Amino acid sequence: MSTYAQKKGFGAVLWDYLTTVDHKKIAILYLIAGGFFFILGGLEALFIRIQLAVPNNDFVSAGFYNEILTMHGTTMIFLAAMPLVFAFMNAVMPLQIGARDVAFPFLNSLGFWLFFFGGVFLNLSWFLGGAPDAGWTSYASLAMASETHGIDFYALGLQISGAGTLIGGINFLVTIVNMRAPGMTYMRMPMFTWATFVTSALILFAFPPLTVGLFLLIFDRMFGSNFFDVANGGNTIIWEHLFWIFGHPEVYILILPAFGIFSEIFAIFSRKRLFGYSSMVFATVLIGFLGFMVWAHHMFTTGLGPIANAIFAVATMAIAVPTGIKIFNWMFTMWGGSIKFTTPMLWAVAFIPSFVAGGVTGVMLASAAADYQYHDSYFVVAHFHYVIVGGVVFALFAGAHLYWPKMFGTMLNETLGKVTFWLFLIGFHLTFFIQHFLGLMGMPRRIFTFLPGQGLETGNLISSIGAIFMAIATIVLLINVIMTQVKNEKVGNDPWGDGRTLEWAIASPPPFYNFKQLPLVRGLDAYWLEKMEGKNGMTPAEPLGDIHMPNNSFIPFVISLGLFIAAFGAMYRAETSWGLLVLILGMAVTLGAMFVRSIKDDHGFHIHKEDLMDDDNDKGVKA
Amino acid sequence: MANQQPSSGNPRVDVAYRRKKSAEEMRYQIVSFTLMIFLTIVAFVAVGYEGFSGWFTVPFILLLAVVQVIFQLYYFMHMSHKGHEAPALFLYSGVVVGAVTILAFTTIIWW
Repeated sequence: MSTYAQKKGFGAVLWDYLTTVDHKKIAILYLIAGGFFFILGGLEALFIRIQLAVPNNDFVSAGFYNEILTMHGTTMIFLAAMPLVFAFMNAVMPLQIGARDVAFPFLNSLGFWLFFFGGVFLNLSWFLGGAPDAGWTSYASLAMASETHGIDFYALGLQISGAGTLIGGINFLVTIVNMRAPGMTYMRMPMFTWATFVTSALILFAFPPLTVGLFLLIFDRMFGSNFFDVANGGNTIIWEHLFWIFGHPEVYILILPAFGIFSEIFAIFSRKRLFGYSSMVFATVLIGFLGFMVWAHHMFTTGLGPIANAIFAVATMAIAVPTGIKIFNWMFTMWGGSIKFTTPMLWAVAFIPSFVAGGVTGVMLASAAADYQYHDSYFVVAHFHYVIVGGVVFALFAGAHLYWPKMFGTMLNETLGKVTFWLFLIGFHLTFFIQHFLGLMGMPRRIFTFLPGQGLETGNLISSIGAIFMAIATIVLLINVIMTQVKNEKVGNDPWGDGRTLEWAIASPPPFYNFKQLPLVRGLDAYWLEKMEGKNGMTPAEPLGDIHMPNNSFIPFVISLGLFIAAFGAMYRAETSWGLLVLILGMAVTLGAMFVRSIKDDHGFHIHKEDLMDDDNDKGVKA
Repeated sequence: MANQQPSSGNPRVDVAYRRKKSAEEMRYQIVSFTLMIFLTIVAFVAVGYEGFSGWFTVPFILLLAVVQVIFQLYYFMHMSHKGHEAPALFLYSGVVVGAVTILAFTTIIWW
């Protein structure tokens, strides 16, 4: 393989992406797949709001509404937000710590393809007899009673994509522990890398409970066990606990990377060092730790008893403390800074009040006694959309604008970016602010329609109008993306002009080996330090030498495809004659591919020093 | 880092020093191995002896099991060496999460 870019046909590009183990290309795959599922989940949200725009609406039937609602939640959390977060982690984190790739490039690719096939499997339920309809939490009492194959699609699909996420998380952990550039101590790591680290640890500990819960569900529904069957001595509450032991850390898995992205943005566009860096690190770790102690606040009305409720209420309120530390640090970062209101910065500034509003309702919901009133009402819906949209989705939009040049080498149009921002911000508050009051007026969540004359008409109509604004904002972003990529005006290392961390020290997009020579890190905001001393690049930490690179591999795709096939077999095993055969065939494909991987030595290849010296002008670290 | 050996693997490092380190390491291994065998025998005896009730035997052999796990991790899997701080951190975090889960299941679900 040569280091020179060659013009390739469509087939070659496709094959390149199917087999790639390069973290930057996997990031793009995550971005495309996550973006696709985000639009799918957004369409489902629109259908929900159309149905609820007027009383007694019959746009969709009650049963179909349950499917749309379930798939909206499941898609947005597992197939849109998580992969989009993974896209930025993959694209940026290895660059921020000065690594040439993640620790296990092969596993990185496997993680993506498992997620992708799991997501596709889940969404095929629309065409194969009906989607899951027990809510994204899929409480066992509902899930066991569901008659279609929807819940089977849910359990098997999430099992496959969850394995991919777990693999990805472990990979990031190992990368950050072992592959930091010389001088990059833990307390010099950029905030986004810290967020990635803590998030990956949360994934490591939170996904196994989900895996266990999903296996119990799979066994109960497909293989005749009785874990959740009350008539046979089972207990449906076990599912609720297992789900939320996973589910609460899950929301921190989503929000911590969002915090990381915003920390970068505030520092870059205030042109100041992040205020209180060490307290930010401490707060991130503390949020991660406390995240495991609070899951039962989702179950206050299950009848845990006053002692358990009180413990979990207090633990939940405690999380407001580290979160508050972070909010104040961001404001002090802006304080006295020379602020540039670029598109990412607008998102970041708007994030603070939006997220705080969601946090405040969170503390309200954490009061167990009051929660009996709010429980299962639109107040809860308003709360979690304020934190997840106002926190995570804002961060994903901001991150897309901020890191677009690093991922694709082009700048998204700033004017269109600001149009997207304002439309989305207005639409977001229009949709969800009024839902607090709908909830307090007594509108239950997850209902498919409501009656006229109960004071719910205006609020619901306003909410639906807001959703249209958000849809238009997303379309503007898509137009922006297409325009930018068609124009294809390439930008340099540091297109925002104020990059602080290592990723801005190398070309956009970086060469496939990232750093020609590993950079020497002399402090926090390594690139900024060098710039302030009048240098135009990082000081290399090693002489120019051969770079060892991994070979591309098609095996991750095959392993994931095998599980995808096996999942169909598991689902249809009980009612068809071919089910068991397909199950065995699928597992054979997967295990065969793993066997090939195990016995075939793949030592990768070297980029030779001579090739690296040729293109000294525009790639790698400048010495 | 993860597989740090008592010797550096560098031929220039004093051979005598490496031999001494290895001998020390070997002694620890043998001592802990003997102890583990002993604890296993104690566990079998505790179960076999009819004078103890189940209320004594079960917690007792669980305690012995925990001690054995610690020996296993620290002496045979080299967690006592330097450079194992990160694995230790994650191991103990996992233990905490697992313990909280078991505590919750035993207190608010089942009993």
